[in-house]
Amino acid sequence: MVPFAGWSMPVQYGEGIIAEHLHCRAKAGLFDVSHMGQVSLLGVGADRELEALVPADIAGLPVGRQRYTQFLNQAGGIIDDLMVARLPDRLFLVVNAANAERDIAHLRAYLPPQIEVIVHPERALLALQGPLAGEVLARFVPAVAAMRFMDVIEDRILGEAVVISRSGYTGEDGFEISVPNRIVEEFATRLLDNPEVALVGLGARDTLRLEAGLCLHGQDIGAETNPIEAGIGWSIQKQRRVMGDFAGAAIVRTALADGIGRKLVGIRPEGRAPARAHTAIVDEDGASLGEVTSGGFSPTLNAPIAMGYVRADKIAPGTRVFLQVRGQNLPAQIVALPFVAHRYRTGDRT
Amino acid sequence: MSQKYFTRDHEWLEVAGDVATIGITAHAAGALGDLVYVELPEPGRDVSAGEAVAVVESVKAASDVFAPVAGKVVEVNAALVDDPALGNSEPEGGGWFFKLRLAEAADLTGLLDDAGYEAFLGESA
Repeated sequence: MVPFAGWSMPVQYGEGIIAEHLHCRAKAGLFDVSHMGQVSLLGVGADRELEALVPADIAGLPVGRQRYTQFLNQAGGIIDDLMVARLPDRLFLVVNAANAERDIAHLRAYLPPQIEVIVHPERALLALQGPLAGEVLARFVPAVAAMRFMDVIEDRILGEAVVISRSGYTGEDGFEISVPNRIVEEFATRLLDNPEVALVGLGARDTLRLEAGLCLHGQDIGAETNPIEAGIGWSIQKQRRVMGDFAGAAIVRTALADGIGRKLVGIRPEGRAPARAHTAIVDEDGASLGEVTSGGFSPTLNAPIAMGYVRADKIAPGTRVFLQVRGQNLPAQIVALPFVAHRYRTGDRT
Repeated sequence: MSQKYFTRDHEWLEVAGDVATIGITAHAAGALGDLVYVELPEPGRDVSAGEAVAVVESVKAASDVFAPVAGKVVEVNAALVDDPALGNSEPEGGGWFFKLRLAEAADLTGLLDDAGYEAFLGESA
């Protein structure tokens, strides 16, 4: 167990990070992500008001759908990243544990008083991720069989109201399930009774999301990076770019119009040595190109992988760069993200 | 006859004659988790006690491996470089790191025996 954002979290359960990681990619991994902040926004016009703080199209988000977005500061920096779902009577947000208090203060400070900000410490959050996640969860909630990636439904588990999204942080098909604390242990136990399901800890959560090329706030994105540099400009829908009516819009639009000086890219070291966060990235002459923000070992590829910001003229896949590890310049290649292809269930309803 | 010692850096050394075989303890391997990368010193290198001479990386983190005593590197475990998981499966056997020929001045007095290391683990738990 390790301290994490004020919570005590298991880095791994019995079998080790690599076994847990591979299990999730092959079958279904169960993650306790109850440390994430869950927030409801109630009140007429909550969607329009939230749009002042995030660059995604929230007003146009249909009931039963979810979007990924970011709280931006006036400089276009990323205060936090989050998921926003529209339920019939409210918006439902999931924010990072480490930033939850700050995010809630931010919402309360900037949303008008008629928008109610309700925090849900009474709810836990489980993620069930992997190619067999849908098959397993349908045994508890048949309606999930019809869900597509980023759909959100309300249903009941063990008699209690739950919110289920078909999304996650692994690159696999899967779900995040918000349940009342009072049933979470019973529900998790019942999920684990299914032979396809095994517990996955914080360690494999990090290796899975890194293989999927997904940013970790506080590491790959933060107040000093904007969404365009971070490669998450796809999450800013077109008419929001056109209107430019959100915090940080001027910086985002300038970045889109004039280009950026650096970009978050995938990096594959040529050798076996992992390059960890803060490793310097240099060119063949040793001149600085940037820095690794997340780096480690990919169990799927059985090789080291990293992400980092690299000067914009050196970001083409195939470009050779060097990583300064323990005083040596180790060769590496810029590669396209993700390292391991996403397997979301994006197709039409069947 | 060989004699096995332990260090407070969670390494073991098995001394036979003037050669010591060195690795990380089962406790260290367990704490590091799945090992994925090992970097070993060049044979022939003279090392002093406490010098960082090898690197071991798990999925989680990188750690230095120190020379517990002064000596000259005489052999390294190529099998461990090829398959770092040996350090998890056989930490105090096939997962050894390197062998040192002890320097004349090599000092074994600060090292722990089996019972001493167990007691040290108990204290730091």
